[in-house]
Amino acid sequence: MMGESGTGESGFLADTALAIVAAVPVTLALFVACAVGASLLAGVLVAAQQGRVGGLVARAWIFVFRGTPLLLQIFMVYYGLAALGPVRHGPLWPAFRDPLFCAFLAMTCCCSAYIAEVLRAALAAIPPGQIEAARACGMARWTLGRRIVVPQMVRLALPAYGNELVMMLKSTSLASSVTVLDVTGVAQQVIAHSYRTVEVFCLAAAVYLGLTAALTWLLRRIERRLDPAGGR
Amino acid sequence: MIGDDVALPVLLGFGHDGWALALIAGAGLTMALSLTAMAIGTVLGALLTVAQMSRRGWLAALAQGYGLVLRGVPELLVVLLLYFGTPGLLAAIAALAGLPAPGSPPAFLTGSVAIGLVSAAYQAEVFRGGLLAVPRGQVEAAIAAGMGPFTRFRRVIAPQVLHHVLPPLGNIWQFNLKDSALVAITGLAELMRVSLVAAGSTRRPFAFFAAAMVLYLVLTSASSAVFRFAEARAGRWAGGR
Repeated sequence: MMGESGTGESGFLADTALAIVAAVPVTLALFVACAVGASLLAGVLVAAQQGRVGGLVARAWIFVFRGTPLLLQIFMVYYGLAALGPVRHGPLWPAFRDPLFCAFLAMTCCCSAYIAEVLRAALAAIPPGQIEAARACGMARWTLGRRIVVPQMVRLALPAYGNELVMMLKSTSLASSVTVLDVTGVAQQVIAHSYRTVEVFCLAAAVYLGLTAALTWLLRRIERRLDPAGGR
Repeated sequence: MIGDDVALPVLLGFGHDGWALALIAGAGLTMALSLTAMAIGTVLGALLTVAQMSRRGWLAALAQGYGLVLRGVPELLVVLLLYFGTPGLLAAIAALAGLPAPGSPPAFLTGSVAIGLVSAAYQAEVFRGGLLAVPRGQVEAAIAAGMGPFTRFRRVIAPQVLHHVLPPLGNIWQFNLKDSALVAITGLAELMRVSLVAAGSTRRPFAFFAAAMVLYLVLTSASSAVFRFAEARAGRWAGGR
């Protein structure tokens, strides 16, 4: 599939670069889906931590997903769960058979645990006096959340949350281990045909470097936008 | 399920058909790999910090560039690049010296260097933050009191920097420990690899990945207990704050 059309050294590199760039949408789609899923799930975890039973469940969730490697979690979902009868013969089998879905599921669960810790720290940093004052003004729970808690949480959590997003973007490369053809997956496929490891991996690394740099730039812009002092 | 001929407790046990010893040995190798990577990261990270704070512009830029690249590229790619790239690199160097190609370096070495290179980029940031936390006046006061550079480092800088860097270093250690699973792709029989082999040959992936998860949890929680203890100690050195 690769390297036949190109002629010589520069032809090979150009073809490879094209193939790798063509896989960027897969990496980005996986990243965006995980970012949305993990953030929502992290919100649920933080809310659950306010109750006693929910707190126990949320703490166990965070303990397990932060304490084990993501690669193992991906293998657990893709190979481990697939070996269980109820999953294999259940109605969700078409989803669990798909490596992209399995990578998405494992990454969402894993990243939700990290983001929940970030959100929890941000929530703890909001002065309790403000919440009491809002209650004293007669604000309802929902209004209090919308006007007092969430806006401050977003600002407080953003730097650490941004770091988690960058980590998540890099972690999408692990999806290649369960045959997803993302940037790393395509790079490995090209290598299997051409045996030109160093050049191809360096090209893939450059693509990731560009993606993380763009994400960091975007996050810094948002941070400056949300800073009440209007940027330092 | 497939492969039901041997009961699960036997497969996970210490007997002839059991994988318990192999899994525990794998966990030991994971620990050794992560410790080596952490040590490489600490030495290289400290050098990078010194370089970043250097007055020579090109040296500081080089260290900064290193950090940007290694923190912006997936760890998996670093492991893959080193694993597949070093034999060729070594052969090229050997050819320059007129020697035969030395072949691949041991997987343990490549793996720990790969994780260590990434670790160094993060540790350099931590060390820089820790150094900046020591007020300049204290260093000047120590010089005025006639302390030599070694005494100054041991009595004034190190205790305070340690107090500041231990919590983030604990975080980096946890990442090292989990990143070490990536070295499984090189075939090194650490915990992840052993669980993959066991899952493949017994056709019981769920049980063996679950067992590996439990062992990773033991490693991560035991090491976070060690770091909590060390942090309490370092707090006492820094004046019990």
